[in-house]
Amino acid sequence: MSDRLAVNRPLAHDSAAKHVAGEAVYIDDMPEPSRCLEVYVAWADRAHARLLKLDLDAVRRASGVVAVVTTDDIPGHTDISPVGRHDEPVFAAETVQFWGQALFAVAACDVHTARRAAGLAVIAYEDLEPRLDVDAARAAEDYVWPPAHFVRGDTEAGLARATRRLDGRVTMGGQDHFYLEGHVALAIPGEDGDMTVFSSTQHPSEVQHMVAHVLGIPSNSVTVEVRRMGGGFGGKETQSNLFACVAALVARKTSRPAKCRLDRDDDMIMTGKRHDFTVDYKLGFDDDGRIEAVDMHFASRCGYSADLSGPINDRALFHADNCYFYPDVSLLCHPCRTNMASATAFRGFGGPQGMVAAERVIEEIAIACGLDPLEVRKRNFYGDGERAITPYHMTIEDNVIERVVAEVEKDSDYWTKRDAVRRFNAENRWQKKGLALTPVKFGISFTMTAYNQAGALVHIYKDGSVHLNHGGTEMGQGLFVKVAQVVAEELQLPLERIKITATTTAKVPNTSATAASSGSDLNGMAAQAAARTLRDRLTAFAAEQHQAEPSEVYWLPGRIAVKGNEIAFADLVHDAYMARIPLSATGFYKTPEIHWDRAAGRGKPFYYFAYGAACSEVTIDTLTGEYRVDRVDIVHDVGRSLNPAIDAGQIEGGFIQGMGWLTTEELVWDEQGRLRTHAPSTYKIPTCADRPEIFNLRLLENENPKATIHRSKAVGEPPLMLAISVWQALSDAVAATADHQHPARLDPPATPEKVLMAIGRLAEIEATKEAAE
Amino acid sequence: MRRRLRFLLGHEAIELETVDPTLTVLEWLRRHAHRRGTKEGCAEGDCGACSVVVAEPDANHDGRRLRYRAVNACIQFIATLDGCQLLTVEDLKGPDGSLHPVQRAMVDHHGSQCGFCTPGFVMTLAALHHEEPGPKSRGRIDDALAGNLCRCTGYGPIIRAAQAITTTTGATAHLTDREPEVLARLLAWRDGATFAVGEAGRTFMSPGSLDDLLRLAAEHPQATILAGSTDVGLWVTKQQRVLDPVIWLGRVPELAAIEETDDALRIGAGVTYAQAFAHIARLWPQAGELNRRLGSEQIRHAGTIGGNIANGSPIGDSPPWLIAAGATLHLARADERRSMPLEDFFIAYGRQDRGLGEIVEAVTVPKPGPDTALHCYKITKRFDQDISAVCAGIQLRREGQRISEARIAYGGMAATPKRAARAEKALTGAPFEEASFRRAMAALAEDYQPISDMRASAAYRLKVAQNLLLKAYVESSDATSLCLAGRREPVRV
Ligand SMILES: Cc1cc2nc3c(=O)[nH]c(=O)nc-3n(C[C@H](O)[C@H](O)[C@H](O)COP(=O)(O)OP(=O)(O)OC[C@H]3O[C@@H](n4cnc5c(N)ncnc54)[C@H](O)[C@@H]3O)c2cc1C
Ligand code: FES
Ligand code: FES
Repeated sequence: MSDRLAVNRPLAHDSAAKHVAGEAVYIDDMPEPSRCLEVYVAWADRAHARLLKLDLDAVRRASGVVAVVTTDDIPGHTDISPVGRHDEPVFAAETVQFWGQALFAVAACDVHTARRAAGLAVIAYEDLEPRLDVDAARAAEDYVWPPAHFVRGDTEAGLARATRRLDGRVTMGGQDHFYLEGHVALAIPGEDGDMTVFSSTQHPSEVQHMVAHVLGIPSNSVTVEVRRMGGGFGGKETQSNLFACVAALVARKTSRPAKCRLDRDDDMIMTGKRHDFTVDYKLGFDDDGRIEAVDMHFASRCGYSADLSGPINDRALFHADNCYFYPDVSLLCHPCRTNMASATAFRGFGGPQGMVAAERVIEEIAIACGLDPLEVRKRNFYGDGERAITPYHMTIEDNVIERVVAEVEKDSDYWTKRDAVRRFNAENRWQKKGLALTPVKFGISFTMTAYNQAGALVHIYKDGSVHLNHGGTEMGQGLFVKVAQVVAEELQLPLERIKITATTTAKVPNTSATAASSGSDLNGMAAQAAARTLRDRLTAFAAEQHQAEPSEVYWLPGRIAVKGNEIAFADLVHDAYMARIPLSATGFYKTPEIHWDRAAGRGKPFYYFAYGAACSEVTIDTLTGEYRVDRVDIVHDVGRSLNPAIDAGQIEGGFIQGMGWLTTEELVWDEQGRLRTHAPSTYKIPTCADRPEIFNLRLLENENPKATIHRSKAVGEPPLMLAISVWQALSDAVAATADHQHPARLDPPATPEKVLMAIGRLAEIEATKEAAE
Repeated sequence: MRRRLRFLLGHEAIELETVDPTLTVLEWLRRHAHRRGTKEGCAEGDCGACSVVVAEPDANHDGRRLRYRAVNACIQFIATLDGCQLLTVEDLKGPDGSLHPVQRAMVDHHGSQCGFCTPGFVMTLAALHHEEPGPKSRGRIDDALAGNLCRCTGYGPIIRAAQAITTTTGATAHLTDREPEVLARLLAWRDGATFAVGEAGRTFMSPGSLDDLLRLAAEHPQATILAGSTDVGLWVTKQQRVLDPVIWLGRVPELAAIEETDDALRIGAGVTYAQAFAHIARLWPQAGELNRRLGSEQIRHAGTIGGNIANGSPIGDSPPWLIAAGATLHLARADERRSMPLEDFFIAYGRQDRGLGEIVEAVTVPKPGPDTALHCYKITKRFDQDISAVCAGIQLRREGQRISEARIAYGGMAATPKRAARAEKALTGAPFEEASFRRAMAALAEDYQPISDMRASAAYRLKVAQNLLLKAYVESSDATSLCLAGRREPVRV
């Protein structure tokens, strides 16, 4: 246990007691202001079509309808592209670009009435061919963002020189966020055309900006507030904009409060998901499994608009090396425009997809060379000097992956287990076991340098109670308690004295999204700066009062000591107030050192890396493709943890979420471009029984060599990628059905169907081989 | 006829006369009672965020104790609470604000992150804690929580909380001390009378006897028959259908009966999966296992076997094994009764042999003989709480080394639950060996032309259906060959 007062301690989530009592208030739980309307957003049931007619007379006339809102009702801009591309209309204009695109909104006293009325719209379409695959988009060279290309060395020469060559393709599915709380926004009109919006968003400043933009008013007329979300995972980084804007448009048009809450199906149909990717790879390596050259060509289905696809696709490339040094490397990525909801941020932000490609590469090489994949992994880890340089020309300075992997190797007893698995597979005809130990290295910082800034505001009231506000949002990740711990530590106060308050654009302006795992790094530092300003003022005040040097003022829990006097914090504050010392301060932080030149594919986009490794053991049923994850061992690096309980929660939760992505979570679109899996009845996230019975998790003893907040490391995203070990273990088990003679080529999500079909493919190869012999 | 419905919200008596017949408990709680601790995550019974506890006198104990069960508020209609106590997350804390043991354990073990799923988990665990105090195995916890999704925690902390509940203390007296009072109240309200409530000309009827049910069904041949609401509830929440009238058979005692004779088990159409479980599991262990994986605890507490048959779904889990076991279906209309082999009930997709005003009354399943074995398989994307891509019931009778009878039925392979005539033929009379089963596997391709959908491709459906025949053989010939389905313990090496 730590000797610190507040940080490094496994404190409960600040809202835990409210969560369990149903007392934590989410936006839909707030008492509605009087005369509040409910809004239904009607969407197009075509993936690609010209909108010939949109006759809403019957909708307007329907009983109970108070207002219908269309593009014509938008006083300001009609487009809400978060990246200024003008490719994201609030409501579809001439062309419908995906199945689920908003057409108009209906407001009534309750959403059921509004929804029924929306069904009366008379709509005529001229159907157009929907584009649903990357190959067609590549043929048309239709990209939502300029393709990125990272090159180091001469890949063609490297491939030509290599002892062994191998090509392949891996495809991987997307993922719905499935935050338990769907999108919701409540807009309340005020005087002078002002608008207050409560929005379930990870990015209040952007919602503020967008609402101002569509209403045609300055940002200072809009206030956006969020106390907590029922999950975000990236799905509320940009996707909240539309619903907040619609609520605000209704509120503006009717001068009444308006709430827009999506049900699960509409939420899944209308909003973006994790990008699915196709990766074609060409590999050069030697007989010992050492990589010589790698050429990867990524393509993702980005949906109809750019959204955040640019940086997400870039991040796929940033992680296509995972922990491995590629001597000659070329990484190219095409962000393809398709007639689907615009794919968006999701925990890992493209990184997991890059890493899946990297681990497939290792799997291929291991099978080709007849080596244990762990051996191949270790032989290719980043090293020193030349071997520490990434495909984007950044030198890795904080590499601890060998240590992390060695610890997992020991915890899981990898080699003994490997023998046991081999024996099990020899003895069992119908079931096979698989084992995999995979590493994670994840770059921390927004690759858009400007986003790496944060602000905080701390007040101390006369009674010594503290009010804390910062730009980060709480979606369950425990950011608020961590930042409060930082402030409590600074002021040497018990946590109860720090009031954690809702994020609002009125207190801290121009914030970045709570994303990229950066929440604690950025907001923790900003809040620390604010608290430190206050502490310094109080120190100076106390020193002056007692004719001491500031260095003679000691901060102790709940009090200060100066020249033999102990003064309780509340008394100190009271005296300071009387002496007219300002008791409110802002804090600001920007991440140092980072820079990134996308055009050149060079720079230092990350302040540091977070590391981890996991070993998974699985059993598959070769008759059905069903499987179970028997055991998982994890060691993960969070630097010096601000809150080990919260961090462990992020790791466990991230792992299971990643496992869902790679196993049972399958998004299915039909040929018409209609999403067929838009509710939990058809879209299967992990449930309780999927959590491996044996699940060992340890935090790495480490501290961040960089001067991050109390030397901690970001934890939100990296653990998701530990689940790649489950997918690799499944691949290993499938390969065992043909004695590891061929790669399983099991493409995620590895549903039981995919597993059985992969086994079938190997059986066919073996049968053909036998027939030939 | 009674014109009012009565239930307890916590300890407050609620009496309603004017009520939308398909108003869900969740909507009522959030919009009318302003209890917003209970959340909506899906409105289709799949996520558990809306889980509430319904307490009622326990029929197994002559009504002398309260039985608590967790149900999905999002798909239960408010009128089905008649004579019950509804407990929500707001009821758990003690009057002094101290936490209930379940709440305490969840806080102590970091069981919440975003907290949106938490009230649902707390209520499911509260019901479990009440019904089964004492330590629980991981398997039991998995079963109990299969209907509660959490996207944040990865479940570990919640499992640890569930395992720790017995050892933590907290507020329970405010609930337990008042149980006798609640029980007396509910018993007094449970008059067995037929009642009807409604709003704006639409009606919800709850007959108190089979006679009343058949009479009402005859008088209102277009009525929606409502059993556990795990299907009908979704017509309302997902398809926005307006139903009128609704006739609920949840209070018809004759339909709630399970009778076991020397050679058969008769299950009333209103028996829930949960109520039937022990009987089924004892007689047909693999059907019990199937039942355990059907839906979730919340669904099994509401959904009925009669409803699972009557809805005619090609992917319902009960018909395949019931058909394989040779079940007979009983139908009732006014003064008319008829019975048929269950397979004959399913005519075509969406069409069953059931007339207007006719009710599924019961299903009778002959008990297995000493030489028969029933194999059941449920193939899904996710192991727990998922709708079958393929569901199989394979009943084999052996005489020495021969298969004297094979009854095989599949769900998910055709537009109705359907027997595999050619595969049955291939096995009947054949020696009990792998080659016979391989022939049956080939024949299965003639029996079915499955379709592709979001649950599975046609190719997988056929292949896995074939392999399940082999699996049945492997399981019966080689006891050491473990079966993954139903396994709770990890396979250790
Ligand atoms: C989350 C969830 C998970 C599920 N998982 C599964 C699963 O794993 N396997 C599975 O098979 N099903 C599953 N289901 C479907 C559901 O449980 C079944 O269809 C259920 O058996 C329906 O029974 P019920 O009592 O709820 O019927 P209801 O919903 O009340 O009624 C269903 C239909 O049957 C009719 N009906 C009911 N009883 C009678 C009767 N006695 N006479 C005449 N008509 C009648 C009704 O009019 C209606 O058409 C799931 C449902 C949900 C919501
Ligand atoms: S809201 Fe999801 S089960 Fe009821
Ligand atoms: S805590 Fe967020 S869904 Fe469970």
